[in-house]
Amino acid sequence: MIVDPIVFFIVAIFFLLFTIFSMVRLGLGPTTGDRIVALDTINTLVVSGMIVLSAAYNEVIFVDVAIIYALLSFVGTLYVARYLEGGL
Amino acid sequence: MNILIYILFGIGLAFNGLGSFALIRFPDVYTRLHWATKCTTFGSIFTTAAVIVYGFARGGAAYHTLAIHSIVALIALLITNPTGAHAIARATYRSGVKPKFAVVDKLEEKS
Amino acid sequence: MPAFLATSIVAYVLYLILTLFTGRVGLWSAGELISGAVLSLIAGAIAYRVSFEKERAGEKSSMRLLNPLRLIYFLLYLIGPFFIAMAKANLDVAYRVITGRIRPGIVRISPGLKTDFGITLLANSITLTPGTLSVDVDEDTRDLYVHWINVKDPEPSCAEVCGNFADWARRIAE
Repeated sequence: MIVDPIVFFIVAIFFLLFTIFSMVRLGLGPTTGDRIVALDTINTLVVSGMIVLSAAYNEVIFVDVAIIYALLSFVGTLYVARYLEGGL
Repeated sequence: MNILIYILFGIGLAFNGLGSFALIRFPDVYTRLHWATKCTTFGSIFTTAAVIVYGFARGGAAYHTLAIHSIVALIALLITNPTGAHAIARATYRSGVKPKFAVVDKLEEKS
Repeated sequence: MPAFLATSIVAYVLYLILTLFTGRVGLWSAGELISGAVLSLIAGAIAYRVSFEKERAGEKSSMRLLNPLRLIYFLLYLIGPFFIAMAKANLDVAYRVITGRIRPGIVRISPGLKTDFGITLLANSITLTPGTLSVDVDEDTRDLYVHWINVKDPEPSCAEVCGNFADWARRIAE
C-alpha cells in the first residue's frame, strides 16, 4: 500500500537527467530564443521535480517553494521576453 | 494503488523525456517551443497526479496537505506555462527570427 | 468596490486552501483565519485594478466570470475536451519526434471572440493542443496568428485549427 520512498528518489534522478539534457540546448542554442525555451523547460522540470521530492522527504514546504518558484520563473520568462522584444 | 502510482510516474517521465529530447531534435525555435511546452506540461500533470494520489492514499492531515498543495502547484503550472510560451514566441518573432522551412507566413504579410 | 471585494475573497479562499488542517476552528486555527483576512484585504487593495479589467464601451464587465455556472463549464471543459485534445497532441508529438515529419507555417485565424479573457483562454488552449502554438494577437480585431506544425491549408477556418474550442471559450467567457 505504501510506496517506498526510493521510488520518488529514482523519479527525481530522472528529472535531473532531463534537466542536464535540456542544458545542452541552453549552451548550444544559436539564438536567444532557443536559450529562453531551454530555460523555461528547465523551470518546469525543476518545479515538478520539487513536488516529487517533497513526497520523498515528507516535507510540505517543498511544494510551497515549488509554487513560488513557478510564479517567479514565469515572471522571469516574461521579463526576458520583454527585453528581447525591445520594450524595456 | 501502488501500481497506479507507478503507471502515472512512468507516463509522466516518458513525456518529460520526450520534451527534453525534442529540444535537441528539432530545427528551429518555434518547433522546439511546441514540444518543450506541450510535453513538459503534460508530463508534469502525470507526475504531480502521482504525488496527489500518493498523498490521498496515505491518509492523515500531513499527507492531505501535501496533496492539496500539489493541486495548487499544478494549477499554477498549467496557467503559467502556455502563457510563457506565447510570450517567448511573440518576442522571438519580433526580434527578427523567422520560422525555418515555413510554407506560409501570414504574420510577415501583416507588418 | 465590487472588484476590490471579489479580489479579496478569491485571495482569502486561496489562503484558506493553503492553510487547511492547521487548527481547531473548523479546520483552521484562529490565527490563520485572522491573518489570512488581513493579508487578503491588503492583496485586494493592491491588485483590484489588474485582476478585473475596466468596463469598456460596448463590453460587459469581467465580473461575470465569478458566475458559478461559468466555473462549472470551465471545469467540464478542462477535464473533457481539453484533456482529450492534449493527450492526442502528445501522442502526435511521439510520432513526429521519431519521424521528424514537419511542414510548419504561420496562419491567421479569426475566432470572433469579444473579450480579453476569452481570447486568452483560446490562445492557451491552442498552445497546449495538437501541433499549434499561438504566436501573436491582433489587439483590435482579436485575430490570432498561429504557428501550425502541419499546414494543410494556408487560409484555414477557425474550426480547422482549433476544433470546437472557440465555442467553448465563448460559452465560458461571454
